[in-house]
Amino acid sequence: MNLRRDVFQAIADPTRRAILLLVATQSMTAGAIAANFDTARPTVSKHLSILTECELLEQTQSGREIHYHINAKKMKEVADFIEPFRRMWDDRFNKIEEIMSKYKTKK
Amino acid sequence: MELKTKVTAEEGKQEMLITREFDLPLDLLFRAYEDPEIVEQWMGSKALKLDNKKHGGYQLEKKDDKGNVVFRANGAFHEFIPNKKITRTFEMENTPAGVQLEFYEFETLGEDKSKLTMRVLYESVAQRDEVLKWGMRPGVNAAHNRIEEVLKQYK
Repeated sequence: MNLRRDVFQAIADPTRRAILLLVATQSMTAGAIAANFDTARPTVSKHLSILTECELLEQTQSGREIHYHINAKKMKEVADFIEPFRRMWDDRFNKIEEIMSKYKTKK
Repeated sequence: MELKTKVTAEEGKQEMLITREFDLPLDLLFRAYEDPEIVEQWMGSKALKLDNKKHGGYQLEKKDDKGNVVFRANGAFHEFIPNKKITRTFEMENTPAGVQLEFYEFETLGEDKSKLTMRVLYESVAQRDEVLKWGMRPGVNAAHNRIEEVLKQYK
């Protein structure tokens, strides 16, 4: 659960979400990512390390450069957060439908 | 298959949108929220109080087989317009979930079809995310299964 909490905190930050969007289509170096933001380079580095720590980003070494790319599996896990919650409500609503349809036939 | 219940929780926002279309006429859908006995059937919690009017209060409680309270929630209505709208607060007691503001909109989609749009506002983004995660906890699913068992008797 702790790991999941971290993932959620990671995507709660607007800059980090922007970073994820940036690398969604192509892998990029830290420098190329930072060039897209007005934020100071060390701040971007901090964001990158947070995203990497909770496995939303993966690093690949090519020569002297480190490329960042998105971890699709982890991103899906974030989306999955909502699913059990949705199912809980779906069950409740199904119950309403089931209970109330009996009143319908009684009319 | 198209999902009947949709939940939208945009990242970084402190609200949640839940929508559902029912194969029920509008008045029957609304009755499920209005009649304490029916609320008890689908919520699995007894409505100790359900004062369906502006500034009216409500309290829901669920006990286990031994009589221990396992769930208690309360809130106040701000708007109660039959077959149309309910605005209320909701607070689950003895949990860190906080108070949420809920807007329920009921609309008809024809003779035997209706739609419920639930907009829930939380105190903060963090609070909303906590509630979402809470839904993942096994205890909640277990409680839910118990609710289902109780309701089977009514079938």
